[in-house]
Amino acid sequence: MDVLNRSETPPHSDRAVQPVLEAEHLRKDFPLRQFRLAGPPPAVHAVDDTSLALYPGRALALVGESGSGKTTVARILARLYDPTSGTLRFRGNPVKLAGGAALREYRRHVQLVFQDPFSSLNPVHNVRYHLSRPLRIYNHVRNTATETEQILSLLNRVSLTPAEQFIQKYPHQLSGGQRQRIAIARALAVQPEILLADEPVSMLDVSIRLDILNLLLKLKDEEQLAVLFITHDIASARYFAEDTVVMYAGQMVEGGSSEEITQRPKHPYTQLLLSAAPDPDRVKVGQLATVPERGEIPSLINPPTGCRFHPRCPHVMPVCRERFPKKTDLGGGHWTNCFLYGDGGENKTGDKVAEKSS
Amino acid sequence: MTTGAQTNNLLEVNHLSVDYLAANGTVHAVNDVSFTLARGEILGLAGESGCGKSTMAYAISRLLRPPAYITGGEVLYYPPQRDETMQKVSRRGTVKRVPGEPIDVLKLSAAELRAFRWNEMSIVFQSAMNSLNPVLSVGAQIMDVLQTHRPELGADGRKKRAIDLLNLVGIASDRLNSYPHELSGGMRQRAVIAIALALNPELIIMDEPTTALDVVVQREILQLISALCREFSTALIFITHDLSLLLELADHIAIMYAGKIVEKASSKDIYEHPRHPYSYGLLNSFPRLHGPLRKMVGIPGSPPDLRAVPPGCAFNPRCPLAFNSCQTVIPTLQSAVSDVPGQVTACHLYDVRMSESGPPTTAEIAQGYEALAERSNA
Repeated sequence: MDVLNRSETPPHSDRAVQPVLEAEHLRKDFPLRQFRLAGPPPAVHAVDDTSLALYPGRALALVGESGSGKTTVARILARLYDPTSGTLRFRGNPVKLAGGAALREYRRHVQLVFQDPFSSLNPVHNVRYHLSRPLRIYNHVRNTATETEQILSLLNRVSLTPAEQFIQKYPHQLSGGQRQRIAIARALAVQPEILLADEPVSMLDVSIRLDILNLLLKLKDEEQLAVLFITHDIASARYFAEDTVVMYAGQMVEGGSSEEITQRPKHPYTQLLLSAAPDPDRVKVGQLATVPERGEIPSLINPPTGCRFHPRCPHVMPVCRERFPKKTDLGGGHWTNCFLYGDGGENKTGDKVAEKSS
Repeated sequence: MTTGAQTNNLLEVNHLSVDYLAANGTVHAVNDVSFTLARGEILGLAGESGCGKSTMAYAISRLLRPPAYITGGEVLYYPPQRDETMQKVSRRGTVKRVPGEPIDVLKLSAAELRAFRWNEMSIVFQSAMNSLNPVLSVGAQIMDVLQTHRPELGADGRKKRAIDLLNLVGIASDRLNSYPHELSGGMRQRAVIAIALALNPELIIMDEPTTALDVVVQREILQLISALCREFSTALIFITHDLSLLLELADHIAIMYAGKIVEKASSKDIYEHPRHPYSYGLLNSFPRLHGPLRKMVGIPGSPPDLRAVPPGCAFNPRCPLAFNSCQTVIPTLQSAVSDVPGQVTACHLYDVRMSESGPPTTAEIAQGYEALAERSNA
């Protein structure tokens, strides 16, 4: 069994590789249909100041609990939502946020795989129809013969063999894992550079999950896809992605190489996530690891001021309530937004600069 | 199998079988399953979807409805020595019992079953979202249980007990009048656990209680379940497809495949040396947080159609170490290795009469899986 070969050097140190998709200072508010006499209209502040970059042949994992805004980020990147503010850059050029033709042109490069394969496929259409639509719409085929040929090759690429048997099947005849493979094949039909995978394995059985993850890994390497992998399972983020970004309540709190994040987590929220993850290797078998009970993700209509994690944080300081910390560089591509490690600038040692205070 | 009166057994399931009668063939969802559960024991039940683990739990609690039929076996329940509770609820029927003698749950009449359920055994369903009534407050739903089974308590007593129960599961008592939609997913699951605990049952069955929850909330619920079971020495059957949770929570783990238990052992034994190739596959199908980063291979193929289970060992088409006998002879549960008597597995590899090469080590099972993966890639 070979060790996963992955380049541990952060891509931004390598000037030659340009990000294929960049998002800067994304922000998304969902307005609420509620009347308020004074003050700004109420809204759900789902994503706040999020920046990320996707590189060809590399995967970026976005980790967080439900309600942390990770799906909203994926949907903004897929242009299913327009950001309230912020810019998207595709191959260095700003993405035009208006116009149907521009949108279609964008989606030629960026495709999304949804979480739930039971609802993302249309039950009245068969596999051939699902896979032929992207081929036709994006002019990859012009006649039925090449269409069949391409569909068969797509099915082979997602390891649905014998492909001839699957082409006429309907979604209800397929298992969850097979449906998710069809959803992946549908995304690949467009020949995208970027694949946004929104919890692609969380609805599947444990034994199927690894198959789908390995399939995505293979596709990523073979086709040099840039993959955004959204998950709440930090262990699969470590397995699948080179880089990981942790989100909490719409804010990015920590990022860096997956190995750094899982082995040397700095932000208190990342530490909480890791201690809560099931991990038989860490604790003595038969003894439950415990986490302090600190409530749940806050409401995003009136989020806590400053760092949104401060009501649950064991190291909370007065400054945490006032404003959100700037990004601190911890060296080696690892960064965090936490006052414990400074407020902007560099802290290459990764030591805590601030002491606990009441 | 020993008799439960002398030992510490709470539940004995013997040769239980459940079929679903369908037009296109009978589905043998649970096939000749036997196990025992001690008082206060936490038993984890793991397996892929469709392996019959939920069906078995519902069969034990007699919740199955047509087209599911229990076609054989017995579920023996050994009542505790405290016996007054049963007499008190005579209005709702009692279970006739001789002290020390087990009750066969499958033979209880409707009235006896009413008295048995929730007093002795309660169940927590998969989705907390759906198992609470959306138009009744949480408090009303807890008090409903008490009103039915403890009519002598009175309105004040019921309310007091409901508040106690909410505090027990970590919900503030001012939530008594909240409706389910006002609670978060974790709180709803806590409320359901409070209802299950209302009458201090001897046994709780939990069917994937944490599947829909976030990791941090899941961890809190597991902590709560573990602490409560230890405090009241309640026995627990915990059903999940996530083996990694069970390793931390459960005392013993039973692994099911295609309607049968293929391995049962203590958590430690399963973790350190899974014997059945399927157990090994399950244990190695989730990525790890520590250790070297390796390419992992899952179990190839998919679970069999329970209408037509493969002959012999049901796992043989997916098994990396299958040999001739696996396709013809159905293996039975037996002690895998003589120095670990508690670990039983249904696999011919550990049967000296079947396997010439002798029992495989964990490393050999791992090699088998790797070879299988290489073959499928080639």
